[in-house]
Amino acid sequence: MKKESRICRRDFIRVAAAAAAGGAAWIAAHPRSDATVWQLDPVKCVQCGRCSTNCVLNPSAVKCVHSFEICGYCDLCGAYLQPGAKARDSGAENELCPVGALKRRFVEDPFYEYTIDEDLCVGCGKCVKGCNTFGNGSLQLQVKHDICVSCNECSIARNCPSKAYERVPVSAAYLLKTRDGGGKGQT
Amino acid sequence: MKLPSLVVAIILSVVWPHEATAQFRFPMPEFESGYQHPQTNVPSAKKIPVAVDISVLAVALALTAWSVLKHRSRHEVLMITIFSIAYFGFYRKGCVCSVGSLQNVLVPFIDRSIGVPLVVLAFFFLPLLFALYFGRVFCAAVCPLGAVQEAAAVFPVQLSRPVETVLGLLPYAYLGLTVLSMAMGCGYIICRYDPFVGFFRRGASFNMFIFGGIMLLCGVFIARPYCRFLCPYGVLLRWVSRFSKWHASVTPAECIQCRLCESSCPYGAIIVPVPNEPPVDRRTGTKRLALLLLAAPAIIAFAAWTGAMSHQFIARLHPTVLLAERVAAEEQGRFAERSVESDAFRAGKQSTAELYAEASDLRIRFKYASAWFGAFMGLVICAKLIRLSVIRRSEDYVPDRGACLSCARCFAYCPVEGNNADA
Repeated sequence: MKKESRICRRDFIRVAAAAAAGGAAWIAAHPRSDATVWQLDPVKCVQCGRCSTNCVLNPSAVKCVHSFEICGYCDLCGAYLQPGAKARDSGAENELCPVGALKRRFVEDPFYEYTIDEDLCVGCGKCVKGCNTFGNGSLQLQVKHDICVSCNECSIARNCPSKAYERVPVSAAYLLKTRDGGGKGQT
Repeated sequence: MKLPSLVVAIILSVVWPHEATAQFRFPMPEFESGYQHPQTNVPSAKKIPVAVDISVLAVALALTAWSVLKHRSRHEVLMITIFSIAYFGFYRKGCVCSVGSLQNVLVPFIDRSIGVPLVVLAFFFLPLLFALYFGRVFCAAVCPLGAVQEAAAVFPVQLSRPVETVLGLLPYAYLGLTVLSMAMGCGYIICRYDPFVGFFRRGASFNMFIFGGIMLLCGVFIARPYCRFLCPYGVLLRWVSRFSKWHASVTPAECIQCRLCESSCPYGAIIVPVPNEPPVDRRTGTKRLALLLLAAPAIIAFAAWTGAMSHQFIARLHPTVLLAERVAAEEQGRFAERSVESDAFRAGKQSTAELYAEASDLRIRFKYASAWFGAFMGLVICAKLIRLSVIRRSEDYVPDRGACLSCARCFAYCPVEGNNADA
């Protein structure tokens, strides 16, 4: 009985080792890609708002990121102000951002600088939608890699209606629009 | 020759400028005050302490093996359990875990351009290696999912054998579905339906919190429901552990057949001695087994057919198939309003006909995949039936090496001298 089981075990090890070696050979024989992370392509993004609710983290790892180099620095900002706002000021009733994360600062007549308080931003994409509808699209949603836990399967990607999520190499982990490219510029 | 080049030139002149130059509604201002725009904040990815994780895993496995096999101490196993919940669970947020690593190891066989990171390989192979030598010590205390449930199992009760056996088929189905899902590109279902990772991250969908909560509540009485009746990685550990070189034993010395340990195991993993005379007539038993072996191909074929028949249902795992169904339903006017997905689809370049064609191609592939899945389940059912109908003689109370989770509960029940270190 004992002898039998021992031989059985040895056979099993032999088969398992062969399988493991085969598997390892297979893995080794194929080019191993660079380590990758999840990122969303702002050109494909439709600002549905799911980034803020579908991340496994709460608050989401997706936040609004500002590409200053393509911003128009408008006074009448489609991202900052609610449609039909009574005044162009920082009154809460005029601001579009539900959490007041988008801040504006006077630079010089008639330009204003817009910055994002990332501690407040929830990645809802309301300002991104505003900026895309009436603006240069300089505000973009991006996965912040200091927060993202790099799931096997990004739970936002699975629920993204426009399939804007893709895996990108760690060395080029952001897909921001740039001044000359217009889209998919990698930072 | 002239016409095509002219056509190309016209097409290029129409398409090219739009493609090449960026179009912005508002020009970028030229500042007179010397204002320089700030840099966009794009932090780089977090560094994962790979070497630390692998060493902690190896040390935890070794310590558990030593506690269970050598020291025979449940206290130590519980201490390691608490450590695992704290480290692999709350500190590392339940990721990388060995259960999910199964999917990553499948990836290179499906998509050749993607490799497996070293840490994932280590998390996949180390527990299996330890199982080959010491049994399922990984399940005992190291796996954070198991550890959470072990901590929750306060009043464990024993399930009846038939219930245990039937529910025990679920992990095989889960394993089969995992392979199917990975092969068909439907994503990582183990990660998606991980009931406890939400607690570790303190963030999950409402449904997953409910699922995790139910698992833990059930787990108070039916110990470790996920490990026993769902975990697909547990299936691999079970296979390997059957051939383990050493394994925890109920008694440290000779079994005195006192039957005290019978009620100690909440996992039904203690094999009760079988009296020497067979319970049924030998000839009838042999006949039944022969019949079973003859019927096996038919059972497998039937299961494969059932799988193929249910491919429409299984195909809904794939997002493209779901989208095609939704778009078709909307075209027929079965929905009052469009979903966000179908809106995004209609804004894209793909036509509805192309989507339908893609979905029907997928359905055909799913038919084969589901048939294979069904055949696998048929094989598993046959193997279980054969296992049930073979009488294995044993004189002592020994752990079932496949099912035993090395939790060390039964040690305290054994009155034989020189038992555990704590006594």
